[in-house]
Amino acid sequence: MDFTLPKEIEFLKENVRKFVKEVVDPVAMEIEENDQIPEHIIEKSKEMGLFGLSIPEEYGGLGLSMVGKCAIYEELGKTHNGYTTLIGAHTGIGTVGIVELGTEEQKRRYLPKMATGEWIGAFALTEPGAGSNAAALKTTAVRKGDRYIINGSKHYITNAVEAHVFTVMAVTDPSKGAKGITSFIVEKDFPGFILGKVERKMGLRGSHSAEIFFDNLEVPVENVLGKEGEGYVNALKILANGRAGLAARNLGSCIRLLEYCMEYAQQREQFGKPIFEQQAIQHMLAEMSMLIEVLRSITYRVAWMTDQKMRVVKEAAIAKLFGSEVYNKIADLAVQIHGGLGYMKDYPIERFYRDARITKIYEGTSEIQRNIIANELRKEYSKVRV
Amino acid sequence: MNIFVLMKRTFDTEEKITIVDGKVSEEGAEFIINPYDEYAIEEAIQVRDKHGGEVTVVTVGNEDAEKELRTALAMGCDKAVLINIEDDVEEQDQYTTAKVLAEYLKDKNPDLILAGNVAIDGGSGQVGPRVAELLGIPYVTTITKLDIDGNKVTVIRDVEGDEEIIETSLPLLVTAQQGLNEPRYPSLPGIMKAKKKPLEELELDDLDLEEEDVEAKTKTIEVFLPPKREAGKILEGEIADQVKELVRLLRSEAKVV
Ligand SMILES: Cc1cc2nc3c(=O)[nH]c(=O)nc-3n(C[C@H](O)[C@H](O)[C@H](O)COP(=O)(O)OP(=O)(O)OC[C@H]3O[C@@H](n4cnc5c(N)ncnc54)[C@H](O)[C@@H]3O)c2cc1C
Repeated sequence: MDFTLPKEIEFLKENVRKFVKEVVDPVAMEIEENDQIPEHIIEKSKEMGLFGLSIPEEYGGLGLSMVGKCAIYEELGKTHNGYTTLIGAHTGIGTVGIVELGTEEQKRRYLPKMATGEWIGAFALTEPGAGSNAAALKTTAVRKGDRYIINGSKHYITNAVEAHVFTVMAVTDPSKGAKGITSFIVEKDFPGFILGKVERKMGLRGSHSAEIFFDNLEVPVENVLGKEGEGYVNALKILANGRAGLAARNLGSCIRLLEYCMEYAQQREQFGKPIFEQQAIQHMLAEMSMLIEVLRSITYRVAWMTDQKMRVVKEAAIAKLFGSEVYNKIADLAVQIHGGLGYMKDYPIERFYRDARITKIYEGTSEIQRNIIANELRKEYSKVRV
Repeated sequence: MNIFVLMKRTFDTEEKITIVDGKVSEEGAEFIINPYDEYAIEEAIQVRDKHGGEVTVVTVGNEDAEKELRTALAMGCDKAVLINIEDDVEEQDQYTTAKVLAEYLKDKNPDLILAGNVAIDGGSGQVGPRVAELLGIPYVTTITKLDIDGNKVTVIRDVEGDEEIIETSLPLLVTAQQGLNEPRYPSLPGIMKAKKKPLEELELDDLDLEEEDVEAKTKTIEVFLPPKREAGKILEGEIADQVKELVRLLRSEAKVV
């Protein structure tokens, strides 16, 4: 057993750490104030190659293993989560569908421009009537000659404002339920694509989620992603692929919070000594550290298993679930350790506290992850008779 | 154009530094490319992109410096050379480094050599000029702008905050001052590509040098950290009294007037 990262991945990781610390961290407050990531930061991130994380080398990306991707997501998680989400959604659910399911032609058309960040990607599954129950989609796609005509709407779609390329799930055969859903690659300038209102959120400022409407949207047949009728399975695959990455982002945020807490606890004095000297505070920090180590282990184990082409449905759900619950727990402890300062907008802790909350909801709620785990358990244990 | 960059791996002076047995302890120290050498690397890459040619980054050190060489390759240098003298030379100083570098460079026909103005660890600023002297080529230190037109070179150099414009010609050695450019971050694709770029390792033998040829000319007597800064004093009361008190303190305590 070997728990070390390959040297080359460690090297990439260190360079991302430096970039995040020197380039992104200094504008975190500005992102929060303006709900906007400054253009020059996005430009620099493109130059850095961050938008090509999950794209194979032959299409201009980095061709990283899942372990490699997670190492970089961990570093990205240490900074403003709105920034992390822009890149995370693009390199995760925004591109993975085309990478995993695209035809050679689709890959050649989309991936090189997505690898440089010239085209941002988004993933459009959720609808007002179809959240956790994603099979209940109402958006329809009807074939007409060499095109499909799509009608309907989506909401809460991350990167909708910035994206050029959308992986869209729509119903092609309403009689077949989940098996009547198909995925499409949709470009924002296809006729009939309408961007709706941008949601006002609790956190993740700088990352924008919005409604989109399809009004007789025309999609050429060659933009069907994967096979007709497999859209639901595709969506689950794309989401499953992203779970280790989300856990890694959460891990990074947790590590950053522990750093803030260790610094503050050793420097803040009350009752004539640093608050770190209070056992109550020490125990909180010990708890944080323990949770971080466990999260690190499960995250990289799932990533490693993915690279070994092992089945990770249960483990990925555990990592996603545990990662988001731990992040929320640690963010709460971090506010507590910082006292009043932890509640103030002039300091980053309350921002992490708000940004942590979404991780229990998107890309499958905590409840849905538990359902997945239980489902897998049922399968595992039905095979063995005790 | 045949371009060389002289690069040093140093500890990061912004991180905590401890001294053990008269030496800066490597334990817990962070190592980086000397920041002034980063300007030199960036400028070398820009000159190459504009005028063509090749950039070779050279360091004298031990195998730990491989990482910093890889970083330079990831930024865009074409080749890297590590001259590893760790096992051959006990006492090193700026003379050692300059002698080794000059010996390496003498038959390479460099058009342009770039180095940092100083290394932030030793801070002597000697290596660049010494190499130029040994090679018998002109040099300009602390430059903030470099323009090359054919063989003609126009340089702006920082002279304690003022500017001096110098015209000279290739071959030339320059040392980089802060403000020369903004060094790029090694991009992730750059790092992946750097894996395939050549990194050559040489020893004293390969340069036909003996230990005696490069032995240090100086001796380090003592290494110590700067004294801890005392808390400042804030004077209070009427402004006239404060001034009187200040003058008295400058005389009796600080002993500067
Ligand atoms: C900021 C943000 C960004 C998002 N980005 C995207 C995106 O890019 N693309 C996209 O397609 N979607 C996106 N979403 C949508 C997100 O994935 C959904 O909000 C999420 O799946 C939950 O769906 P819902 O909001 O409809 O809640 P519901 O499904 O209505 O859930 C409400 C509650 O009921 C629980 N629940 C529902 N069903 C069950 C069950 N079977 N068992 C137990 N509990 C259950 C849920 O866990 C939850 O607690 C985003 C959402 C947000 C807030």
